[in-house]
Amino acid sequence: MQEKSPLLDVRGLSLEVARTGIKILKNISFDVKAGEIVGIVGESGSGKSMAARAIIALNPSAVQRTTGTISFEGRDIGTMHKRDLQALRGARVGMVFQEPMTSLNPSMRIGRQLEEGLRLHRRLTSRERHRLIVEMLARVGLNDPQTALAAMPHHFSGGMRQRIMLAAVMLLKPALLIADEPTTALDAVVQRDVLELMVDLTRENNTAVLMISHDLAMVAKYSDRVVVMSQGEIVEQGDTRNLLRAPQHPYTRKLLSALPHRVPARAVEVSPIARINVDGLVVDFAARRSLLRKGQPKRALNGVSLSVMPGEVVAVVGGSGSGKTTLGRTIAGLIKPTDGKILFNGKPIQISATDYVDYRLNCQMVFQDPYSSLDPRMTIGSLVGEALRHSTELTNKEKNMRVADVLDEVGLSPEFASRFPHQLSGGQRQRVAIARAVVRRPQFVIADEPVSALDVTVRAQVLKLFAELQRKHGFSCLFISHDLAVVEQIADRVIVMNHGVIVEEGRRDAIFDSPQHEYTRKLLQAIPALFGTENGGVELGWRFDDAGRKTVNGRP
Amino acid sequence: MRNLAPNTLIGSALVGTLLAGAFMGAVWTPYDPLGLNFKLKLAGPSAAHWLGTDEFGRDVLSRLLAGAATSFWISLLTVVLAVAAGTLIGILTGYFRGWVDRIVMTFNDALLAFPGILLALGLLAVVGANKYGIILALGLAYTPTVVRIVRGNVLSLREREFIEASRVMGNSNAYTMFRHILPNCIAPLTVLATSMFGWVLLAESALSFLGLGVPPPAPTWGNMLASGRPFISQAVWLAIFPGLCISLTLLGINLLGDALRDKLDPRMRG
Repeated sequence: MQEKSPLLDVRGLSLEVARTGIKILKNISFDVKAGEIVGIVGESGSGKSMAARAIIALNPSAVQRTTGTISFEGRDIGTMHKRDLQALRGARVGMVFQEPMTSLNPSMRIGRQLEEGLRLHRRLTSRERHRLIVEMLARVGLNDPQTALAAMPHHFSGGMRQRIMLAAVMLLKPALLIADEPTTALDAVVQRDVLELMVDLTRENNTAVLMISHDLAMVAKYSDRVVVMSQGEIVEQGDTRNLLRAPQHPYTRKLLSALPHRVPARAVEVSPIARINVDGLVVDFAARRSLLRKGQPKRALNGVSLSVMPGEVVAVVGGSGSGKTTLGRTIAGLIKPTDGKILFNGKPIQISATDYVDYRLNCQMVFQDPYSSLDPRMTIGSLVGEALRHSTELTNKEKNMRVADVLDEVGLSPEFASRFPHQLSGGQRQRVAIARAVVRRPQFVIADEPVSALDVTVRAQVLKLFAELQRKHGFSCLFISHDLAVVEQIADRVIVMNHGVIVEEGRRDAIFDSPQHEYTRKLLQAIPALFGTENGGVELGWRFDDAGRKTVNGRP
Repeated sequence: MRNLAPNTLIGSALVGTLLAGAFMGAVWTPYDPLGLNFKLKLAGPSAAHWLGTDEFGRDVLSRLLAGAATSFWISLLTVVLAVAAGTLIGILTGYFRGWVDRIVMTFNDALLAFPGILLALGLLAVVGANKYGIILALGLAYTPTVVRIVRGNVLSLREREFIEASRVMGNSNAYTMFRHILPNCIAPLTVLATSMFGWVLLAESALSFLGLGVPPPAPTWGNMLASGRPFISQAVWLAIFPGLCISLTLLGINLLGDALRDKLDPRMRG
C-alpha cells in the first residue's frame, strides 16, 4: 500500500471565518491513499467535519481558505471550475452524513433518490439504471429491493436508511467516501453491521474512506491510519495500531484515558427489602387507529421483573426498540403500566395512593438530551431549586443553600445559578440535570442514557461525577444505556433486554466476561474491546472466545 | 440600543405617535370633537383648523385625536380578550389532548373557516353595535387564531423532556402549565398580539365604515372615513386624513411586530 501516490493530498490547509477572523483549521496536512481507510478523530469543535467538507468545497461560504492546497487525484480543488467540482462530487467523492433521519429526502421514493446520482453522472438507459440499483440494494442487505424502490424513507429504520444512503453513494463507485460520524445515531449492533458493510463495500470497489468520528474504539477497529485533531490542529497522525498502542501526544493520551474502563466490582449488600421491585410489568401502546380498523396495540414491555437493592447501580442495556426506555419511564410513573406491579421499599405504588407522593419525591430521573430537558426560560438556580418546591422540611434559606451546595457538587461555580441553559455547553447542562435529580436526596434515580449525547472526554467527566455522587449519597440507580462501554464502568449488575423482555441478567463481570445468551454476545461483540497497553495506549482484543469464556487481556 | 434597524425605528416612531395621540385625545383636544359649527362647514385645512372641518363644521384634528383614543382602547381590549381566552383554551387542549381537545379543535377549525370580519358581523348583530359589543365580537372572532397557534406550540413543548422532568419532580399539571408551558409561549404570543392589534384596528375601522361600529356622533377613524365618503369630491381631506392614520398605524405596528419577532426568536438570543 505504501508505494501508491495519494488519492487525496491536503497540504498546509488553514480555514477561517471571513468576518470574524476566527481560525477553524490551522495548517493541517494529511493524505489518503487509494483504497485506504483513514479516521479523523477529535471532539466537537476540533474542526474535523470542517476539514472533510473543505475537501469537496462544501464548507459554508462564510468560511474561507487562507492557505494550503487540496489536491484530489492530482488536481487542485481550489482552482477547479464550479462545473468540474460538481462533476467530482458524487461521482468521484461520495459523502455519508451523520443523521440518517434527515439525510434522505423524506418526500421522495427510494428508487428515485438512488437514480438521481446515476442520471447526473452516468450515461445509462433506465433499464441499466434499474438493474444497478436493485443489485446495490440487495448488496447492502435489503430483503426485497424491488419493493424498496417504491418505498418512502420513513418506512425504514435508522440503520436501514443509513444502508440506503450508503447504497446511493456507492452506486457511483467513488474513489473516496467521506463518512461524517456515519453511525453515531445508531445503536451498537446496528452500528457494527453498517460499519462492516461500509468497509466491505469500499474494499470491493477499492474506494478510500475518510471516516470522521469521535468514537476512538470504532476508529481503532476499522481504520488503517488515524489523524487526531484538536482545536483546528492535527496533534498526531499515523498507523492506527501503532499510534493507539503508544500515543505520543498528551491530547491523544487524554482521549484514550477518557475511554470508559472497568473499575473493580464493589460489594453491594443484599437487603431483605429491595428499593425497587418490578414484577411482571407489561406495557402496551395503543396502535394508531384508522377510520375502519382498530389497530393491534404494540407491546413494548412483555412481563419484565427486576429489583434494585439500596445503593445498587443496575444497568439496563439493549438495542433501540428493546423497551429499555419504556421500562425506565414506566417505573418513573410517566407511563401507566398495562399490567404488573411496582413496589417501592416493599410498598406498591399507585398513582392515587398517599404513598405515591413519597415515591414521587424519592424517585428522580436524569434525561438523555440536555438540550431539551431544561426549561430554556428558567435560570440554572431556579431549575435546580424547583426540585425542592415540594420539600416541607426545608426553609427557603436552607433550600437556597442546598442548591448552592449541589451546584458545587456537580462542579459548577456559584455564578452559574443566574445563567440560562442556552449559555451552557452540553456537558454543563447535563451536570445541571444531574444536580436537579439529586438535590432532593432521592433514594432512587433513573438515568436514561445520561451521557450518550456528550463528547468522549466530557462523557468521561460526567460519568465520573455521576458515579461519585452515587457513592456519596448512596442512592439506588437504574442506568439505562445502549453504550456497553459506559455500563461496564458504572454498573454493579446488568440487565440485557431485547424485544420487551429480559434475556439475561447478572453481575457485571459475569455478563461482560462470560455472557450466556446469544443476544448478549451479539451486543458485546458489536463494540470493539480495547485493552490498555503499558505505554498508556490501547489495543484491540476480544472479551471472550467463541465459546463465551473470558479472555486474559484480550487474548484467547 | 445596539443594532437598531431603521425599520424598528420607523415602527416605534409611528406606534409612539399613535399612543401619544390616543392619550392626548383622551385628555385634551384643540376643539370639542363633537362641537358643531355650521358657519365652517367643509372648510379646508387652515391655521385655525389644521386638518380642516367636516360637513357639520367639526374640527377633523380633534376628531382624529379623540378617535385614536377610542380605536386604541377597542383594539387593546380586543387583543387582550382574544389572547387571554385563546391562550387558556390552547394550553388546556394542547396539554391534555383527548376527546375534549378533538371537540374543541373541530369547533375552532369551523370558526377559523369564517373570515374574522364576517364572524364579527354576525356576533355584532346579536350583541348590538356599541363599543363593548365590538370588543366582544372582535375578541371572539380572533380567539380561534390564538388557540391554533398556542396549541401548536404546546404540542411541540409537551414532547420536550423538561415537561416530563417537571412531572417527575412531582409538580401538578396546573403548575407545569403555568410555570413551564406558558412562559415558553410568550415569544410567539407577543408577535401574534402585535400583528393582531393591527388587524383589529383595521377590522374596527371596517365595521365602523359599514355602520356597525361605534355609533355616531362619537368619532372613530372608521366612521370618519365612512362619513367623509359622500363629500370626497368637495372635501378630500375628510377621507384622506383618517385613511392616512389607519395606514400609517398599521405600517408602524407591522414593522414593530417584525422587530419583536426577531428579538424574541430564541435562535437570535445570545
